[in-house]
Amino acid sequence: MVENTPKTGYKRHTVIEEEIPIYRRISLFRVLHISALMIFILLALSLVAVSVGSVSIEPGRVLTFFFGPLTGQSPLSSEEELIICSVRLPRIVFAGIVGAALSLGGVVFQAILRNPLADPYILGISGGAALGAIIGIVIGAGAFYLGIPLLAFAGALATVFIVFMMAGKTRGPLLDNSLLLSGVVVNAFFSAAILFFLSIVNSMELHSITFWLMGDLSHASAREILVAALCLLSGFVLLYAQARKLNLIVQGEETAEHLGVHVARTKKWLMVITSLMIAVAVSLAGIIGFVGMMVPHLMRLVFGSDHRLILPVCALFGASFLIAADTVARVLLAPAELPVGVVTALCGAPYFIFLLKRKRL
Amino acid sequence: MSVITAENIRFSYPGKPVMNGVSFSIEAAEMVAVIGPNGSGKTTLLKMINGTLFPDGGRMLIDGRETTGWPRKEMARQVAIVPQETAVTFPFYAEEIVLMGRFPHLNNYRFEDKKDYRIVREAMEKTDTISFAARRLDELSAGERQRVLIARALAQEPKILLLDESTVFLDLKHQAEFLSLLRQLNAVQNLTVMFVTHDINLAAQHAHKIILLDCGKIYAIGMPAEVITAANIREVYDVDVFVDRNPHDGSPRATLLTN
Repeated sequence: MVENTPKTGYKRHTVIEEEIPIYRRISLFRVLHISALMIFILLALSLVAVSVGSVSIEPGRVLTFFFGPLTGQSPLSSEEELIICSVRLPRIVFAGIVGAALSLGGVVFQAILRNPLADPYILGISGGAALGAIIGIVIGAGAFYLGIPLLAFAGALATVFIVFMMAGKTRGPLLDNSLLLSGVVVNAFFSAAILFFLSIVNSMELHSITFWLMGDLSHASAREILVAALCLLSGFVLLYAQARKLNLIVQGEETAEHLGVHVARTKKWLMVITSLMIAVAVSLAGIIGFVGMMVPHLMRLVFGSDHRLILPVCALFGASFLIAADTVARVLLAPAELPVGVVTALCGAPYFIFLLKRKRL
Repeated sequence: MSVITAENIRFSYPGKPVMNGVSFSIEAAEMVAVIGPNGSGKTTLLKMINGTLFPDGGRMLIDGRETTGWPRKEMARQVAIVPQETAVTFPFYAEEIVLMGRFPHLNNYRFEDKKDYRIVREAMEKTDTISFAARRLDELSAGERQRVLIARALAQEPKILLLDESTVFLDLKHQAEFLSLLRQLNAVQNLTVMFVTHDINLAAQHAHKIILLDCGKIYAIGMPAEVITAANIREVYDVDVFVDRNPHDGSPRATLLTN
């Protein structure tokens, strides 16, 4: 925690001039320079991720390959070029997109539910999207352009609706655990339904079971990655326009209303955008848990709660985080691979327990 | 011209009538207290004035314009409300909270500039909150938090300030400071102030006009001396009081009679 204010518990009545230091105040400059830092981290991590694997290539040579002089011979062999350009790089880009989308989903749901434990996976929204996608495959919606992502979107949106019915009209912080309990039940139902469909269809069209249950980033095609990137980018731009409203909604819906936010309209809009982003991520990558809970929480600890900073920073750090997790999943048991959801759950679940015990940001 | 006009307002929550034919009008720069027993519709009335609730029947006019259909931001530039409490789930700093009062004045993409920070600083100086500008809201005491919320309302630069039991968490010193701040804003900047309170004597001492609500109707409205009478209080609150004059400023003073 950035905690540079002295504890003044016993001196409450002595007047100390305390202000947020100028450099910590929100401004376009601060947003841009912290984002630049996060982009740097993202690029550095991606370079490592490109280099390691069953065939390891020194990062220096990869760098010369991308940025070196065009003259002369490529520093990589044609086999290495193939590995980088058509296997590792697309996968890294895709992991970044999915990580960013899930983290943004986490930020938004935590804000509108006023619960720091909310996450698309824990609330069951990812499960809903996966179920929608599988039903789409079963009924043959794959024949239509974007048929499956659209059904995933419907599944996600329906689950969001269920979650909000559970949350009800509580005014205060929704820290109470009924929301999380409903997530557990919804998740159990969805994974049962997913397994049911997978076992009655047993077709080659379906990816492996682990794809839907624990996530897998190796299947996306170039075109799918492009669609996902466009969704993420437009989703982010639309979300960013709502960033200040999110700050106010976090203060309580009534307060936000008093300060000039049209809460009902804003919430609906936010839910549609995030459901869409999550649906695209899930229909292409399966269910990957805990990213959307851990990333926003860590970022809030470090950078405070202003969503104008938190949204871009979470997208970038979420991308880095999932790239790192996927690299671990690739490398740990090489040449065999772990589903990436195993890695995120192995760090996410203990973190969740830790937060649940603390109940305070 | 009157800034707030209520014309025969009726309102009910599902299955529970709250307001039943409320009419009054309030001039600019008046200081009005709203009193009444629990459930008499005080908070509902405030929410109607700032346009977060709308009457089922009758009309509520702010500056001569009906509240229905006002854009929220425009309303928030006219009317600010200090709520009783706020959610503190996420760690915002006190200064950031006050800065949120600038929301209705900025568009979605603009960052706050020097002018906004100056207004925020002034609001924080007036409410004696500068000393914990860089502290997190959840680390503050209830009274300190309340003052931050008052500062946020001032940062909105409203024409009408509504207060919902805003003095209950304040200690005597800050209560006194806050009330003199209100009187000063009211007198110097022509701010119209409307406050809900359970403290009849506080209302009698500081308000120009008192609205006494009972079961969603106005039981009495007028100068403190007209409204605060033993008969009115007995009828509305079902308690016996002894009313005399406060020797300090001559405002009516009610003393609760118990055996």
